[in-house]
Amino acid sequence: MAHQSGDGSSGICTHMSRLFLALQGALLSAALTAGASAAAPPLLPSVATVHIKDFKYHPPALTVHVGERVTFINDDDEAHTVTATDKSFDSEGLDTGGTWQHVFTKPGTYNYFCELHPYMKATIVVLPAAPAQ
Amino acid sequence: MKRDDFLKHVAWTGSGIAWSLSSGGLFNAQKALAADGAISFVQISDSHIGFARPENMDVTGTLQKTIAAINAMPVQPTFVVHTGDVTHLSKPTQFDTAKQILGTLKAPLVVLPGEHDVIGTSAAFFDAFRRSDAPKGWFSWDQGGAHFLSLVNVFNFEIDGKLGTEQIDFVEKDLAAQKSSTPIVVFAHVPLYALFPPWGWTTEDGSRVLAALRRFNAVTVLNGHIHQIVQHTDGNIRFATAASTAYPQPAPGTADKPGPLKVPDSKLLSVLGYRSVEIARNTATIADHSLQT
Repeated sequence: MAHQSGDGSSGICTHMSRLFLALQGALLSAALTAGASAAAPPLLPSVATVHIKDFKYHPPALTVHVGERVTFINDDDEAHTVTATDKSFDSEGLDTGGTWQHVFTKPGTYNYFCELHPYMKATIVVLPAAPAQ
Repeated sequence: MKRDDFLKHVAWTGSGIAWSLSSGGLFNAQKALAADGAISFVQISDSHIGFARPENMDVTGTLQKTIAAINAMPVQPTFVVHTGDVTHLSKPTQFDTAKQILGTLKAPLVVLPGEHDVIGTSAAFFDAFRRSDAPKGWFSWDQGGAHFLSLVNVFNFEIDGKLGTEQIDFVEKDLAAQKSSTPIVVFAHVPLYALFPPWGWTTEDGSRVLAALRRFNAVTVLNGHIHQIVQHTDGNIRFATAASTAYPQPAPGTADKPGPLKVPDSKLLSVLGYRSVEIARNTATIADHSLQT
């Protein structure tokens, strides 16, 4: 993690040690805030959106086709993950407001859950690609 | 006053009054004084570095405040144990920040992971806090006449609160070599008993470990995970979950779901804190200290 002091270092003249501690704290906070507020990549078009709210996936069951993209949005106060039971996909940690997108490439029934709260479970059914019209 | 109320009250006075469990299973308020030949340590938990929400916009600040309070203790603890959820999202940058802050402790540090530290992989946790004497994460040691076990119950992919057969085998073998008069102290992130299963506040396969602990005279099991102090006694085993250094969670069943609990800003420090434990003459004395000064 880079700790840029920016122009926050002006005015240090007395009580060096106390200021140093305060500055260190401020820098740590600033670095964290910067990490948390880093611009999320723009969302690509998707056929469906799963919202995570109140420790549940909405909708709990979803059907899509091969090649289609699904968006997951964490609307909860708590961090969650979107993790396939067969480990074929994993969002890793999604903080509040966090988004994650996944394109399904193989037909099948995918059970997924939250690694942080494994009693949260949902399913996505992936059908073969619809024949071109 | 109901006993539960009494415990809650005593636990938060933070002025040197503590409670202890005598061999008869009674809780007594007593002065926490450093006795000759005693061992003392401090437990901190659930710092969630990287969390930045209205429940606590400055989790690095509250962790620093915790460290400062511990460093100011007149008798420094033999060690400080962090019982997991050091980070919020297992990110290497969050571990870096946590290590910088925890590195300012005067006392030696023991860290075990919570489920927030091993999201997707435990690699970042081990990069930050690997111990050569704990290749799998769990380990035991003897200190000050007591026997300590640091366990990991967050490594199972689909279940939080699971130790796994390999670790339970280790625990059974480890405890078999101990005298029943030796005070035993066990650390793990998720409570080892069924504290509140609907919210996942339980260890699915904890019963074999608890069974192996039955023959000892004095057992203390210290956990984190639920961001609040809950005391529980089951025969010779005394359980205590710790406050968080970051934010509180609702009491079991008092909300629709677990998760960060917003309290008025002026009250936040009063529900965050650390715990000191002293073991003397086979009695563990626990004192919980809030960050409110």
